[in-house]
Amino acid sequence: MNKNLEPVVKAIQDKFGATYEEFRDEVHLFVKPEQIVEALTLLRDEQEFELLSALTATDYWPQESPRFHVIYQFTSLAKNLSVQIRVPLNGSSPKVQTVTAVYASANWRERELLDMFGIEVEGHPDPRRILMPDDHVGHPLRKDYPLGYEEPQFTFNFDEIDLRKPYAKE
Amino acid sequence: MGVEQKLGNMGVVTTTLETVVNWSRTNAMWPMLFGLACCAIEMMSAQSASYDMSRFGMELMRASPRQSDLMIVAGRVSKKMGPVLRRLYDQMPEPKWVIAMGDCASCGGVFNNYAIYQGVDEVVPVDVFVAGCPPRPEALIHGVLTVYEKVKGEKFKDLAVK
Amino acid sequence: MSQIEEVSLEKFKHLVSERALTGETMLLNMGPQHPSTHGVLRLLLELDGEVVVNCIPDIGFLHTGIEKNMEAKTYQKAEVMTDRLDYMNTMGNNLAYVMAVEKLVDLDVPARAQGLRVILTELQRIASHLVWLGTSGLDLAAMSMFLYCFREREQILDIFELVSGQRMMTTYFRPGGVWRDVPVEFEKAVRDFIKIFPKRIDEYETLLTKNPLFIDRMVDIGYLSKETALSYGVTGPALRASGVDWDLRKARPYCGYEQYDFNVPTRTEGDTYARYLVRIDELRESLRIVEQALNKLPLGPVRSENRKFVPPPRSEIGVSMEALIHHFKLWTEGFPAPKASIYSAVESPRGELALMLEGDGGPKPLRVHLRTPSFDNLGVLSEIVKGHLVADLVAILASIDIVLGDIDR
Repeated sequence: MNKNLEPVVKAIQDKFGATYEEFRDEVHLFVKPEQIVEALTLLRDEQEFELLSALTATDYWPQESPRFHVIYQFTSLAKNLSVQIRVPLNGSSPKVQTVTAVYASANWRERELLDMFGIEVEGHPDPRRILMPDDHVGHPLRKDYPLGYEEPQFTFNFDEIDLRKPYAKE
Repeated sequence: MGVEQKLGNMGVVTTTLETVVNWSRTNAMWPMLFGLACCAIEMMSAQSASYDMSRFGMELMRASPRQSDLMIVAGRVSKKMGPVLRRLYDQMPEPKWVIAMGDCASCGGVFNNYAIYQGVDEVVPVDVFVAGCPPRPEALIHGVLTVYEKVKGEKFKDLAVK
Repeated sequence: MSQIEEVSLEKFKHLVSERALTGETMLLNMGPQHPSTHGVLRLLLELDGEVVVNCIPDIGFLHTGIEKNMEAKTYQKAEVMTDRLDYMNTMGNNLAYVMAVEKLVDLDVPARAQGLRVILTELQRIASHLVWLGTSGLDLAAMSMFLYCFREREQILDIFELVSGQRMMTTYFRPGGVWRDVPVEFEKAVRDFIKIFPKRIDEYETLLTKNPLFIDRMVDIGYLSKETALSYGVTGPALRASGVDWDLRKARPYCGYEQYDFNVPTRTEGDTYARYLVRIDELRESLRIVEQALNKLPLGPVRSENRKFVPPPRSEIGVSMEALIHHFKLWTEGFPAPKASIYSAVESPRGELALMLEGDGGPKPLRVHLRTPSFDNLGVLSEIVKGHLVADLVAILASIDIVLGDIDR
């Protein structure tokens, strides 16, 4: 682990009892869902992580506990460090607290969580879908959501697909 | 000026009304200024100095659908954009033509997934498909000239049925 | 096909001021089809006369499902998706992707490939800034800028076509190196460009930088403070124009950027004009990097020799059984990546472009997340347009330099 990152990891570990994983010099800290706002406030105010670079999730379906990891990636401009915080969530209708009060950029990213993964964000100021149409059913980036592959039209099956293709009217 | 210098004093030119109308349509076709994705950048290149689409009477891109008669669907059409595209098409006055520019607009291209229409002909009727990802500006110009060929062959009685 | 839904004000009640509910201010749609929204972006504006009270961006009109689609492909095949992500910066997207894959599977890249990557991404940065300059010029009614900028851009695209066979969607960088070595004409083409381009930048500056009309439209418009920028996750030239000296090429050098001598242009004004000046300076700096990288470009292989991840050259397949097996395995099955997650970031013309790549031990990624700079940069728009005129909104939007493919993914 990078030497400068050690005090950061220690601070989070001491306060929240977090575990951590390391891979290719990157550190992932695991914290509990209810601690996330506090942990982020600590990172921003005491450890100078000014930038929330990314906020996303991973779906481990069919595994149910944890099914999701919500991922927060931070950058510290002052110390030139990066750290990642992961929040494991169980079940298919998980909830996580909003962090918009800590980092304003979380607003749209959390709407994306809601839209793409169906992870409910408690206390979000504007909980609407962001990328898909409002009447869309399902959450596309979940692993149990189909890719929506359509059979391509080639010479050998041209007529067959042509019959059921919904062509537009004038 | 112009015709007289070239043809001399010819007096009378006979032709059909259809030919004159179609000829005038091809030489002042106003495309809609409407870019979706990557192909829109190539469409801009086609308008720029190196390719210069204004040679074909197309320097005037109109931002309003009500003033344009050619829609170039330049890029992938998502499920959220489809209804908007259809409304824009409906707002264009007759007669109107559509070019599906690029693979995504023609058949979905590399994006065979939940978010993209597999061909814009599911949303609006298309006259010419231009292949390429993205097509070169020359390919787009060729597509436009193909539309011109189509327009020149149009008959009034067919248009009336529309 | 579904219809355009009718929305009542009820849905946006929490986003607009109370005066909108009584009809005192006007709600106006700008886009998704509007010439100065740089793509299919819809802005719902609350206007008091001509002053913007609130601005609610609505994105997703170009949502392509790139992340999901990449998860369904092997590591090699997923790369073509990244080209179409931010279509002004195709080489840069390839770079971000191949660097992420190389980090995940721990693959070394030869020095010549690194040098070529630097030259081509910096040329791409210039091309991207040229499109930005041309279209911002169009938005502010400086039509000639568009014609001049696209003239130089064509020259860069010709270089790309020379090396990869495609103008825009190059897919030239591959995990472990680049597709093939550059042709002999490459050096001359780049040298020609290096020779003429400084004069061309001066030409642009003569047209715009001291132009009183341009200055009137740009100075003190759209002020973005350092704190707001960081809190909204703004990166790239927009952040540097607000006085933060942060460039991943300097802070965390990759591809050997530490060998090259270049400055990171910053300004402290934080307005639209400052963002313009930063990008103009970046044009010059990028050109310096291209020149140095070309001078230092070493000879040698352009692809890693690690046959577990990099397919063998065509010439070997005919004579070596092993090479044939590797080729077959790599293109049918792909290579496995460890069950782990990495985050790899590069500096794109718009800011921090990063991939979070998570492998599951197989040949396909479990999760690909694209951290795209425009997404966060656009998020700050509603904050900085408040109190400006609608005409200023156009200038501000242009100065942020968004690409909708980058936002909607």
